Amino acid sequence: MMKKTLMTAAVLAASFSGQAMAEGTLNIVKERGVVQCGVTTGLAGFSNPDEKGQWAGLDVDVCRAVAAATLGDATKVKFIPLTAKERFTALQSGEIDILSRNTTWTQTRDTQLGLNFAGVNYYDGQGFMVSKKLGVKSAKELDGAAFCIQAGTTTELNLADYFRMNGMSYSPVVFDTSDQTVKGFEAGRCDAITSDQSQLYALRIKLVDPEAAMVLPEVISKEPLGPVVRQGDDEWFNVVKWTHNAMLNAEEMGVTSANTDEMLKSANPNVRRLLGLEGPKGTGLNLNDDWAYQIIKQVGNYGEVFDRNVGKDSPLQVSRGINALWSDGGLQYAPPMR
Amino acid sequence: MSLSDRPTSESSAIKSGSSRFWNDPDKRALMFQILLVLGLAAFLLSIINNTLSNLEQRGITTGFAFLDVEAGFGILQSLIPYTETDTYGRTFFVGLLNTVLVSVLGIIAATVLGFFLGVGRLSKNWLISKVCTVYIEIFRNIPLLLQIFFWYFTVLRTLPSPRQSLEFLGSFLNVRGLYLPQPVGGEGFNVVWVMFFAGLGATWLLKRWANKRQEVTGQDFPMLYAGLGLIFGLPLIAFFLMGMPMTVDHPVLTGFNFVGGITIIPEFMALWLALTIYTAAFIAEIVRGGILSVPHGQLEAATALGLPRSKTLRFIILPQALRVIIPPLTSQYLNLTKNSSLATAIGYPDLVSVFAGTTLNQTGQAIEVIFMTMAVYLTLSILTSIFMNWYNSRKALIER
Amino acid sequence: MKYELQPMLPAPSSTTGLLGWLKRNLFSNVKNSIATLLIGYFLITLLGPALQWAFIDSDWFGDSPAACTSGGACWAFITNRMDQFMYGFYPETGYWRINATLFLFAAAVTWMVIEKTPYKGYVAFFTLFIYPIIGFYLLYGGSFGLEVVDTHKWGGLSLTLVLAVIGIVAAMPFGILLALGRRSEMPIVKAFSVIYIEFWRGVPLITVLFMASVMLPLFVSEEITFDKLLRALIGIILFQSAYMAEVIRGGLQAIPKGQYEAADALGLTYWKSMLLIIMPQALKLMIPGIVNTFIALFKDTSLVLIIGLFDILAIVQSANSDTDWLGYSTEGYIFVAFVFWIFCFGMSRYSQNLEKRLKTGY
Repeated sequence: MMKKTLMTAAVLAASFSGQAMAEGTLNIVKERGVVQCGVTTGLAGFSNPDEKGQWAGLDVDVCRAVAAATLGDATKVKFIPLTAKERFTALQSGEIDILSRNTTWTQTRDTQLGLNFAGVNYYDGQGFMVSKKLGVKSAKELDGAAFCIQAGTTTELNLADYFRMNGMSYSPVVFDTSDQTVKGFEAGRCDAITSDQSQLYALRIKLVDPEAAMVLPEVISKEPLGPVVRQGDDEWFNVVKWTHNAMLNAEEMGVTSANTDEMLKSANPNVRRLLGLEGPKGTGLNLNDDWAYQIIKQVGNYGEVFDRNVGKDSPLQVSRGINALWSDGGLQYAPPMR
Repeated sequence: MSLSDRPTSESSAIKSGSSRFWNDPDKRALMFQILLVLGLAAFLLSIINNTLSNLEQRGITTGFAFLDVEAGFGILQSLIPYTETDTYGRTFFVGLLNTVLVSVLGIIAATVLGFFLGVGRLSKNWLISKVCTVYIEIFRNIPLLLQIFFWYFTVLRTLPSPRQSLEFLGSFLNVRGLYLPQPVGGEGFNVVWVMFFAGLGATWLLKRWANKRQEVTGQDFPMLYAGLGLIFGLPLIAFFLMGMPMTVDHPVLTGFNFVGGITIIPEFMALWLALTIYTAAFIAEIVRGGILSVPHGQLEAATALGLPRSKTLRFIILPQALRVIIPPLTSQYLNLTKNSSLATAIGYPDLVSVFAGTTLNQTGQAIEVIFMTMAVYLTLSILTSIFMNWYNSRKALIER
Repeated sequence: MKYELQPMLPAPSSTTGLLGWLKRNLFSNVKNSIATLLIGYFLITLLGPALQWAFIDSDWFGDSPAACTSGGACWAFITNRMDQFMYGFYPETGYWRINATLFLFAAAVTWMVIEKTPYKGYVAFFTLFIYPIIGFYLLYGGSFGLEVVDTHKWGGLSLTLVLAVIGIVAAMPFGILLALGRRSEMPIVKAFSVIYIEFWRGVPLITVLFMASVMLPLFVSEEITFDKLLRALIGIILFQSAYMAEVIRGGLQAIPKGQYEAADALGLTYWKSMLLIIMPQALKLMIPGIVNTFIALFKDTSLVLIIGLFDILAIVQSANSDTDWLGYSTEGYIFVAFVFWIFCFGMSRYSQNLEKRLKTGY
């Protein structure tokens, strides 16, 4: 009997650890019929649920695009709101397939946490927002000030570095969520909020009086934000990476959600390769040939997504800036699809 | 009764060894325990096995090496010197000390407030007893987290900005906290400390002498005044003799905030206030129950002996009530300590907020960090219960 | 000379009626009078403006902050969002499913709470074993033609109740086993139970929730993934069963030794004596304790907001950062406090009542 128990235990232990990763994420997603996507618990412009619980935002659209590419239906996404603390474990454990939660690409995260960054969908930098009443024009004048920060982000480290570098002192007031950060700022607990600039604009519209606050011009860090996948699953990594590339290429070639069907008739070989009419199509990615067509048709190209969520058609009114295409002097550059 | 005691005729009827074995309670217990141990071992093994393989597969770094890595983030309040260049290991101690600080101060305040409320609820004054009852019923039935949020966000908003601070006796109160002047001991101030501890020791000796004298002669000694005189009088005399070796560091408004003096951050105030108010409601009920548990005859006997009311309370009611009060009081103290971990919700830099929060996030080593955090709370719990058990047994012995 | 008795004089006016009551209860001596006056003064200065803010100058209904014109509390924020606070992001067409689940539970509990209703045992069996299955299919769906509603859409008061009810019901059997284990004479079983109970009672719930949310996924193999809600529930159940065990141990200890001996004398096995003799008596005594731990758990469920679940407190907070309704956090907090208070106060009253009733039994 004892032997039996021991054996059962051994078998159990073996079965628990043995067959991991036998199946790629792409196959799992296709079988399941849904992409599981980790997003924030609410950040305007990037991932935010409305009253009905419908998600919208730049990061949300990354997941929708992946769903369109893999399943042919951009609505087949299950959004899982995560706090900053949980996000990496959720991805590592397989609870989610993509983490699209304005996550900064850093060496530690890329190399020590078992993650892969599949591109940059928003080039950001850390900035400051202060109350206009303070009369501050530059971050250099903020010596001795108190800062509201969201816990568990690279922001905390950048702030420390910046002040150490400039020989200034500061006191950090750390909050758990971005909503609380705004509340703390509004109550006057701190002189400034510091966060990625995109977030500052998103937080600003959550103030009772947004006009009373201003974002300072300084950018004190590089914050490339992008979707993250698990390390060791190259197939899935490629799918996410090329989903983003396809959206960039589409913008570059002027293919939009409105004109995709027309573009099918285009003679431009680049467009024809993008839409899967010739060239590599979907074989290398194990996707349907019209994968990119589905993304653009259902979600739109990068420019459309940007304008709709954070840019000129949104309350945030963020300018394209460095997120413009390389051809317009920005940093967004996608490898050619051939 | 075990099978072996039965007549042999019956035992022969039971042939197979397994059924005999099965019906022997001792052996059965042994078997059951072996199974339990095996089951647990298998369970633990599979967890460890899974975790290790998961960690390896995902390329997550393990081990405690991260404790020696530079932390690189600032912490709002620290009882020990800390800068961004210190290690993650040091953030552990910064957080730990902040937890201890708010817990100890919370326990003291909650005990005082709770005793007043508990006694107040038994007051003959209708208004006092009703006010205490309403207080207790309101605050113990609302989640602590909500109370913390309320004190922090709602009350914080009503405080003025630093430039319009409320000033009181050289202290300033504003939305950034309470700024108090800090006395700084100069040369020779150590003598004052020496005298303070000497006063403490002397009081203890005096108390022993007074107790003995009372047992022999029945005469009372004004211990309270003598003790106060020794503990505070001696250092005060020393202070003046040394030529008042003390300067006061006043908080001054420079730039955005006050600099200098002692700063009590609003996160601390909100957490401390909420913990005190919440726990006091429970302590009040414990105190009330303790006082009610003293038989009425005791009070009548004391009155018959002609003891004044204050002495009745001190020598008759309280010692008996305390025996009932202390065990549940212990668990309230433990609860308060554990509840202080809610600090993370408003950003008071306690252990959970700093170490299990920021450090966990920056290093990503969940297992090590959570393990260390839990170990701290377990140790605090065990230490508190050991101390309280010791106190409890001492109290119980004196009474017998 | 008069020979009949004089009619009795009424008691002095200072000891009867309102005046007498006042004198006895509020102004019995100088110290008391001062205290009464001081407290009375504070109450009037504090409560007056508070009542004015909450009731007299308040607005109760409206679609936007524009409806709040009276300068006091803006309860329109609450009434406007009530559905969300109660049901979270659950689809509107499915509200009846939540209502039905809660109604069933309330009915079963009421049945057991009222004295002298028949078939209590069957109802208890139903609540512990059959109800959870029905509740699962009602809330989650996926069978009987009900649409699946993912758990990340659950929220508000219904999520708070789900967490608390599942937490307590599932912790019950574990608690019973642990309590029996702690009283057992088998050293290893006893040691295991003691360590388990003391471990979970020694750590704060928040670290348990952290553990459940960031470590649990690492403990199991790749293929098994837990839903976020399930992870929180596992943490809560592990934690709660330790507290439950202590309540049950208290109940077991209150049973006179003679009962155990009598059961042994009848030749009942351990499990039979527990099931037929000890537990039925002990459970009755445990009810107040169980209700009290339920209250504690109910309040503690608010902690799940820290791991990103939208219980009632979290959902009110997030509604407050909706750009349409900024700046009404005080109303929000007061509303949540009121909801919790109603539940907790009601239950604590019931448990006190029961304690009084049970005391007469012995």
